[in-house]
Amino acid sequence: MTVRDVKELLEAEVLCGEDRLDEEICGCFASDFMSDILAFARDQNLLITGMLNPQVIRTAEMVDMPFIVFVRGKVPNEQMIELAEESGMVLLASRFRMYSACGILFMHDPNTKPCKTLYSDQK
Amino acid sequence: MQDIVFRSEVDGNDYQRAGEASRHTKSALKRLGLPPEIIRRVGVCMYEGEINMVIHADGGTATLTVGIDKIVIELKDHGPGIPDIDLAMQEGWSTANTEAQTLGFGAGMGLPNMKRSSDEFKIDTVVGEGTTVTMTIYIK
Ligand SMILES: Nc1ncnc2c1ncn2[C@@H]1O[C@H](COP(=O)(O)OP(=O)(O)O)[C@@H](O)[C@H]1O
Ligand SMILES: [Mg+2]
Repeated sequence: MTVRDVKELLEAEVLCGEDRLDEEICGCFASDFMSDILAFARDQNLLITGMLNPQVIRTAEMVDMPFIVFVRGKVPNEQMIELAEESGMVLLASRFRMYSACGILFMHDPNTKPCKTLYSDQK
Repeated sequence: MQDIVFRSEVDGNDYQRAGEASRHTKSALKRLGLPPEIIRRVGVCMYEGEINMVIHADGGTATLTVGIDKIVIELKDHGPGIPDIDLAMQEGWSTANTEAQTLGFGAGMGLPNMKRSSDEFKIDTVVGEGTTVTMTIYIK
């Protein structure tokens, strides 16, 4: 599954990072709690969230997730888009709710593999 | 090699900017070419600590020291202090206000995350004076 597939499946708008749409998704993590993302997201590169503020961008960056889908029709503002652009991330906005968005992606590709190459130095 | 020190003042009033210091430090660590897993752990520790200084302590100072075999992160504030460290360390315990919650924080997972992501973890706190959290991550 590529970022472009996610965009199409979730009928999402691309807010920035158009040039990275052909990259492969190697794992998804869905949450509205930033600390959950920081604690559990690992070897995954797509974040699905309904939380809308600049901390989402920073949180994703801390755990090396360059792709974010905002669900429930939430659209990030200019400040968030600028932050994401600075870090070379892709932001998508979808009208689907969290449960549906996750369900659609899971049905399409239940086998997304963790990005083993992300932390080659891991224990 | 000499230690490399990054110091940032963290503004306690600017919720929108909370986490910026960690973000800049993370990109600096990437430029130093440190291993990605080490950088991820440092990022998580510093970021949770930075957010805590903003939402619980009215800001403070974040200092990150990169040595030859370890990275030390110190988060020092002059906030209210932590009256019961054992309670604060429990997953799910939080005194965060609704403003912190609108940022997606306040689930009471920050300190446990910081402890889990670091090799050494220490809290020095005096009620009414402030808190210093020091974390060490070894570069293997
Ligand atoms: N720097 C600090 N100054 C004062 N109190 C703090 C500080 N850091 C953490 N605390 C206290 O410890 C609790 C738990 O912190 P944490 O695990 O990060 O969860 P959260 O930030 O989500 O509340 C906080 O709710 C707060 O009461
Ligand atoms: Mg916290």
